[in-house]
Amino acid sequence: MNWYGIKSIFIHELDRFRRTIFQSLASPIITTSLYFVVFGSAIGSRITEIDGINYGSYIVPGMIMLTILTQAISNASFAFYFPRFTNTIYEILAAPLSSFEIVLGFVGAAATKSIIIGCVIIITAGFFVDIEIEHPFLMIFFLILTSITFALFGFIIGMYADNFEGLQIIPILVITPLVFLGGSFYSINMLPEFWQKVSLLNPVLYLISGFRYSFYEVSDVSLFTSILTIFVILISCISFITITFARGYKIKN
Amino acid sequence: MSTVLKINNVTKTYNKKLKALDKINLQIKKGEIFALLGPNGAGKSTLINSICGIVNFDSGSIKINDLDIIQNYRETRKVVGIVPQELYLEAFETIWNNVNYSRGLFGKPPNYQYVESVLKELSLWDKKDSKLKELSGGMKRRVLIAKALSHEPKILFLDEPTASVDVELRKDMWNVVKKLNHKGVTIILTTHYIEEAEELSDRVAIINDGKIILVDEKQKLMKKLGQKTIKIELENSIENITTKLSKYKFDIDESKKILTHSFNLSKENTDITEMLNDLKNEGLKLKDINTDQSSLEEIFIKLIKENNNELVRN
Repeated sequence: MNWYGIKSIFIHELDRFRRTIFQSLASPIITTSLYFVVFGSAIGSRITEIDGINYGSYIVPGMIMLTILTQAISNASFAFYFPRFTNTIYEILAAPLSSFEIVLGFVGAAATKSIIIGCVIIITAGFFVDIEIEHPFLMIFFLILTSITFALFGFIIGMYADNFEGLQIIPILVITPLVFLGGSFYSINMLPEFWQKVSLLNPVLYLISGFRYSFYEVSDVSLFTSILTIFVILISCISFITITFARGYKIKN
Repeated sequence: MSTVLKINNVTKTYNKKLKALDKINLQIKKGEIFALLGPNGAGKSTLINSICGIVNFDSGSIKINDLDIIQNYRETRKVVGIVPQELYLEAFETIWNNVNYSRGLFGKPPNYQYVESVLKELSLWDKKDSKLKELSGGMKRRVLIAKALSHEPKILFLDEPTASVDVELRKDMWNVVKKLNHKGVTIILTTHYIEEAEELSDRVAIINDGKIILVDEKQKLMKKLGQKTIKIELENSIENITTKLSKYKFDIDESKKILTHSFNLSKENTDITEMLNDLKNEGLKLKDINTDQSSLEEIFIKLIKENNNELVRN
């Protein structure tokens, strides 16, 4: 393993995060605070409780998921697309690095940034509502695995995007709607039966449900299905990246 | 000299249409400066990028120090450095961080002393904390060289190293290349500037339309394909070339005072003494004599033209 190479990519990417630290952290803090003001106070005062949990507290896991999903995708996609855009990728391709090591460097950095932001959101949320974490290790497991999985997904977008607009299309048109419709701010039990069934087709629902279980021991679907879903997405992303790298598609051709 | 790089029948086609490399065969010797010459789109950069692992080639094999570059990519890439044609740099990084980053990518532990010596050698030390976007084009090109040298490569590829740099900087770059070569680094450069190849290289290859059309030592090539001309200025104009002088196939200018005789440099025995004697015997008085030798550039243009004509015929 080229550990120095992996470390170089990792530190190089985190350095970009450090250079834009205010923007990187201020944005999720402000957004989280706004969600609490709008959903927690204004709307939440009319909902009061879901599954016996105060609405403000209930939406915390969904909000964290929303942020780490979008952050992991945008960080990883930008991190890999940017050297392609500036052509500085030549030295990564010329270096004695395997595709696995390249992915480890970029995805590791993007996932780390997402985890840091996830933690910042938990702290921010703590200022607005009471948060209990019933299963802290399960929560950390979901936080890390979701960050890695969606950083991998972002990496795929970074490999395939032809321009900066291409980086935004999937996060805006696919991921954000899936997160919002995946029970971030409600339980699917509140929906009519038909829409409950439709919601079960949304993979993000399983992630949010599992993550929420780690906080309050309440979930829309079984914990096992949630864990299985995240592993399926993870393995799909890894396989896709492996095949793409092997073919050299858009990178080495 | 041992061979450090062996390229066998390497072919590369882009989008199943454009054949960028067509069965390339080439061997590079350890410690030499090798110039790869060719017009735009000839396949120079594709060849370098294939060797360095930046582009996947379709068929054939490339070996560095007898190791296949695909099966043994870790060992082979460690000894190779590349300076790209364009100024590919991240704008917001400092020189120091960026050069150390490159060293890490190649699996080398930090060695600040070495990086410092590279930056000093390339006159970049004073600017080490400057952001790359703040540098001039020439400085950026030096940074690219520093990055390529950061992991102490044994083979350095320079893809158009002096493209769009001023004359002074070009000479500076040449000195850097010569210094590196003296330290034992094998240099392979592509260039548009034939003058550059003439100045620096030990051997030259000419590539056109994805094929290597010639590989030879620079001196031999110039001797073999170069022409020398002798211009003889007469005191009085000459009306007719006598039978005795006709064998020299002189070109006569309009004033009929300048005779030009061309001969091939590869010829063992030139007939200059005999020619001068014949001119004297014909009663012609010489005013001045000039000689001129074709440059590598003229040889290059001649070869490319011939090759293109051949391609059209085929």
